[in-house]
Amino acid sequence: MVSQIATPLEVRQQQIVDRARRTRQLHRVGKVGLIVAPLAGYFFLWAPIVLLVAFSFNASSSLATWSGFSFQWYQTIFDGAIGSGSPNSFSSRLMLNALGNSVLVALIATLISCVIGTLVALSLARGRYPGKRLLSGLLYAPIIIPDVTQGVSLALFFKVVFDFIHMVSGERPVTGFTTIIIGHVAFNISYVAIVVGARLADMNPRYEEAAADLGAGPWQAFRRVTLPLLMPGIIAGGLLAFTMSLDDFVITFFLSGVGTTTLPLYVYSLLKVSVTPEINAISTVMLIASTAFVGASLWFQGNATKTAA
Amino acid sequence: MALWLRGLVRGRGYALLSVPAVVWLVLFFIAPVIIVLGISFMSRGTGGLPVLPLTLDNYSRTFNVFGGVIGQSVRFALITTIVCLLLGYPMAYFIKTRRTRWAKGVALFLVVLPFWTNLLIRTYAWRFLLAREGLINSLLLELRLIDAPIQILNTEFAVILGLVYGMLPFMVLPIYASMERFDFRYIEAAQDLGAGAWAAFWRVLLPMTLPGVIAGCVLVFVPSIGSYVTPDLLGGNRGLMIATLLASQLTGSGNMPQGAAISMVLLAMIVVPLAVYVWTGRKEGQRG
Repeated sequence: MVSQIATPLEVRQQQIVDRARRTRQLHRVGKVGLIVAPLAGYFFLWAPIVLLVAFSFNASSSLATWSGFSFQWYQTIFDGAIGSGSPNSFSSRLMLNALGNSVLVALIATLISCVIGTLVALSLARGRYPGKRLLSGLLYAPIIIPDVTQGVSLALFFKVVFDFIHMVSGERPVTGFTTIIIGHVAFNISYVAIVVGARLADMNPRYEEAAADLGAGPWQAFRRVTLPLLMPGIIAGGLLAFTMSLDDFVITFFLSGVGTTTLPLYVYSLLKVSVTPEINAISTVMLIASTAFVGASLWFQGNATKTAA
Repeated sequence: MALWLRGLVRGRGYALLSVPAVVWLVLFFIAPVIIVLGISFMSRGTGGLPVLPLTLDNYSRTFNVFGGVIGQSVRFALITTIVCLLLGYPMAYFIKTRRTRWAKGVALFLVVLPFWTNLLIRTYAWRFLLAREGLINSLLLELRLIDAPIQILNTEFAVILGLVYGMLPFMVLPIYASMERFDFRYIEAAQDLGAGAWAAFWRVLLPMTLPGVIAGCVLVFVPSIGSYVTPDLLGGNRGLMIATLLASQLTGSGNMPQGAAISMVLLAMIVVPLAVYVWTGRKEGQRG
C-alpha cells in the first residue's frame, strides 16, 4: 500500500524540482530579454536612418505614405548644379557653394592636423619627458568637452583678440574661413594623434633599430622606414579628421562669418524651418559620404595592425 | 654616462615634436576657456560687450534666473544616462556573446557606424519621424490609438529620445570593451559554486564590468548635458538646455558676460564627472 503522506525526502525532492523549474523559467525570461533588448536597441539605432533614406526615394512629397520609388528629389537638388534652369536652381547653387566651402575647410584643416597630430603622436610614443601624462590627457579633452563649450569659448576668444587688433592697428579682422579652420584643427589634432598613436603602439621598433644599424641617420630612418610604416595610420587619422571637419556643425556655427556657410550650416538653415524630401535626399548623400570616409579609415586602421607587427 | 646622456637627449628631442600641438591647444583650446572665465566676472556694457567693474552678478543670475533650465538639463542628462545604461548593457552583452568573429564584427559595426555619422542628420531623422504629419503620428492614427495627430516634436520626451539615440553608442562601446577583457569562466565558476543567473550577474559580471559602466555613464552624461543640436531641433521652447541658453545669450544683442558665466557653469558640471572617471580609471590601472 502506497502512503499518501509524502516523506520529508520526497518534499525536499519536490522543492528542488520546483526551484529548478522556476530558475529555468527565470532563465528563459532572462535569455529572451537578453535577445529582445539588444534587438530593440539596434532597431532604435537604425530605423530612423533607414526610414530617412527610404523616404528620400519617395515618389510623393508625403512624409508618411510611400507612393513608389523615384529619384526626383535627387534630381531637384542636383539640377541647378548642371544648370538646367529649374526653379530650384538658386538653392542648388547655395548648396554647392556651401559644399565647396566645406571641402575647402576640411582639406586645409585635415592637412594641418595630420602634420601636428603625427608629430605629437611620435613625441608621446618615443619621448621620455615630464608632463607626458598631462599632454595625452589634454589630447583627449577636445573629444570629450562638448563642442558648444569649444565653439563659444573660441568665438569669445576671437572677439577679444580682434578687438585688441582693432585697437592696435585700426583694422578689425572678421570671423570666416581662418577662424573655422583654426577651430577644426583644434579638435582634429586629437583624432589624428590617437589613430597614429595606436599605429605606433603596434609598430615594431626593431625596424628603426635595423635602419640605424645599417647606417641610416635619424632623419633618413624616419623618412625611409618610420614614415612609410606609419602612413596607413596617418591616412586613417586624416580620413577621420576630414569626416569630422566635413560634418561639424556646432563649432562652425559659432565661428563662421558672412559668406563662409558650410554644408552642415546650410542644411541646418533648411531643416530648422521645414521637413522636405529634398532635405532627406541631401541628408542621404551626406550619410553615404561620411560612411564611406569612416569605412575607409577603419579599413586603413585594420590593415595597419596587420602589416605593422 | 655618454649613453645615459644620449638617451636623455633622444627622449628630450622627441619632446620638441609635441611643441606645435601644445602651442595650438594652449592657444586655441585652453586660452579661450581662460578668457571666458575672465569675461564671466565682468559687467555687461553696451551691445552686450563685457566691461569693468568686476562682479559676481552673472553667476548669481545664472542660478537665480536660469536655474530652471540648468536643473532641466541635469534631469535630461541623468534620464538619458539611465536609459542608455539599461539599453546599452544588454547590447554590449549581446555583442560579446556572438559566437563567430564575423557576427561579432557586424554587431559591433552596427553600433559604431551611426556614432560616426552626422548628428545633425540623425537628429533631423527624428524631426522627420515625429512631425505632426510624420510617420509615427500616421501610424498611431492608423492603429486608432489616437484620434488626432499629437504633438511629439518640441516636447521634453522628444529631447530625451533624441539624446538617448545620439548617446547610446557611447554607452555600448566602453561596456563592451570591459566585457571583452572579462573572462567568462568566472561566470561558470560562480555557477559551479551554486550561484543562480541573477547572482552571477549581480555579484560577478556587473562588478567586474563596472569600470566600463562608469566610463559609459560619464561619456553619455557629459555630451548630453552640453548637447546643443538635439534640444535645439527637437525641444523647441519646452526642451531648453544649457547649450541653447548659452547660444541665445551670445548671438544678436545678447549678454556676453552672462553667456560666459553660463559656459563656466556648464564646464564645471562636466569636469566633476570627468574627474571621477579619470580617478576610477587610474585605480583600475593600478589594479591591472
